[in-house]
Amino acid sequence: MEQRIPTRMGDGSCAFMTRSEIRADVVAGVEAAVKRAKVAPLADAEIDHLVHIFASPARFSAVDLGDEVILSSDGVGSQEVGSRIDDLRFYEQVVCTDTVELYHMDYSYKPVKGVLPFEQATMRQAQLLLTLPCQYGAMPDLGLYTQPDGPVPNWSALLPEGRIDEAREAQREAVELAVEDIVHVAESMHAAGADGINLDTAGAAGDADFLASLLAVERLRARFPHWGIQIGMASEFVLGMHGELEFHGTRLAGLWPEAQMRLAAEAGVSVFGPAINVNTGKSVAWNTARAVTIVKPCADAATVPVHMNVGMGVGGVPMHPVTPVDAVSRASRACVDLLRLDGL
Amino acid sequence: MGGVRTAGDLVARVQMTRRLRLPEAKKYVADKLGCDVFELCDPVTMLDLRRELGLGGLSHQDVTTMDDAVALGAKFRVAEVLDVPIPSVEHFARLAGDRRKRD
Repeated sequence: MEQRIPTRMGDGSCAFMTRSEIRADVVAGVEAAVKRAKVAPLADAEIDHLVHIFASPARFSAVDLGDEVILSSDGVGSQEVGSRIDDLRFYEQVVCTDTVELYHMDYSYKPVKGVLPFEQATMRQAQLLLTLPCQYGAMPDLGLYTQPDGPVPNWSALLPEGRIDEAREAQREAVELAVEDIVHVAESMHAAGADGINLDTAGAAGDADFLASLLAVERLRARFPHWGIQIGMASEFVLGMHGELEFHGTRLAGLWPEAQMRLAAEAGVSVFGPAINVNTGKSVAWNTARAVTIVKPCADAATVPVHMNVGMGVGGVPMHPVTPVDAVSRASRACVDLLRLDGL
Repeated sequence: MGGVRTAGDLVARVQMTRRLRLPEAKKYVADKLGCDVFELCDPVTMLDLRRELGLGGLSHQDVTTMDDAVALGAKFRVAEVLDVPIPSVEHFARLAGDRRKRD
C-alpha cells in the first residue's frame, strides 16, 4: 500500500495523497492548462520534477544554491510594527527581501491623488533610511471611475441593459482619466525619490484596465528611460469588458500571459508579473502544474524580467490569508525551477 | 536572493534600471563587484565585499561600524559602483549642491 504524503488543497487545508495521486493531479493540472490556454504541455521530465517536489514530506522546499531569484514586493507591511517606514526598514533589515514597496491603504491611484503630498513626504523619508530599492505601488482600479463613486457612467450597469455603445464609451473615458492619474502619481513619486512604480493587479476591470496600464507605462518610460516600472497582472486572462480595445494594433481582450508580457515589454516595463488564479477545490500540485504550464510560453519568450505572482491565491499558493510555508515554498520552487524566472 | 544580506538589492536595481533578465543582471553585478556570480547570494562573502565597497547592508552594531556607509550614504556608492541612476541620490545631490545651480 502506498504511503500517504501530507500536502494541501488550494484553500490551504491539509490533504494526504499517495505519490500516484499527486502524479495524477500534476498531469491533470497540465491538461487543464493546455485545454484552457491553448499552450503546449510540459515535458515528461518537467512533470517528474513537479512530482518530486510535491511528493516530498519535507517541511520546506527550495531551489538549488546558485539558483536564487529576486523577491520583489507588492505592498510591504501593514503597520504592525510601527509606522509604514518602520515596516519598510523591517523588511529590509530583518525579512531581507530584495525590494520593498511603499503603498497607501486604499492601494489605488485615484484615491492616492488626494493624499499625494503626504505620500511623497513618506517616500522621501523612507529613501533617507533605506539602502534597497523602494518603489511605490497601487492599482489602476478602473472601477473607481464609475458612478456613483466616479464621474463616468457605470458599464457594469449599462451592459446588462444592452447599452453596449454607452458602456464602451464610458470605459474609454475611464481609461483617459486613469492614465492621467497614474502618470501624475508616478511622476510625483519619482520626484520624491522612488526607485520605481508598480501598477498592480493590472487588468482587474478587464481590457480597458489593462489598456490604461499600458498607456501609462508608455508615457512614463518616455519620460524616465532608466526607472523601475512594473506591471503585475490581476489574473491569467484579460477579460473583454469592452471587447474591441487595442494597444499597438493588438486586441487586448482574451490575452494570456505570453501576449500580455509582449505588450507590457513593448510599452516599456522593467518587470512583468503574470498571475495565474488558484482553484481552491484542487490540490496545490494540480494548481502549480497548471500555473507553470500557462506561464511557460511567457517565461520562454520574455525580453524583460518576469517576476511571477506567487502569493495568496495565485501561482499555486493556497487562497488563505495565512499561507502555509510548505505550500508556498513548493509552489515557488516549482515555478523557479521550471520557468527559469527572474523573480517572484 | 537575500536583499542587503547578500547582493539581492543590487541585482534588483539592475533589473529595474537596465531591464536585464536574471542571468545577465547577476553577471553585470558580479563583474562590477569583482566577484563570482555564485558568491552574490553568499552572506559571508558579501558582508566583507559590501563593507569594502561601501555598499551598505545590515546596519546593526555587530556588522557595521561608524566607518561603514548605510542607507542614503551607501546608495551614493551603489549608484557609482553599479553605474545606475538612483532618484533619491540625484535628488539629494541636487538639493545639497549649489542652490543656484540645482535646477
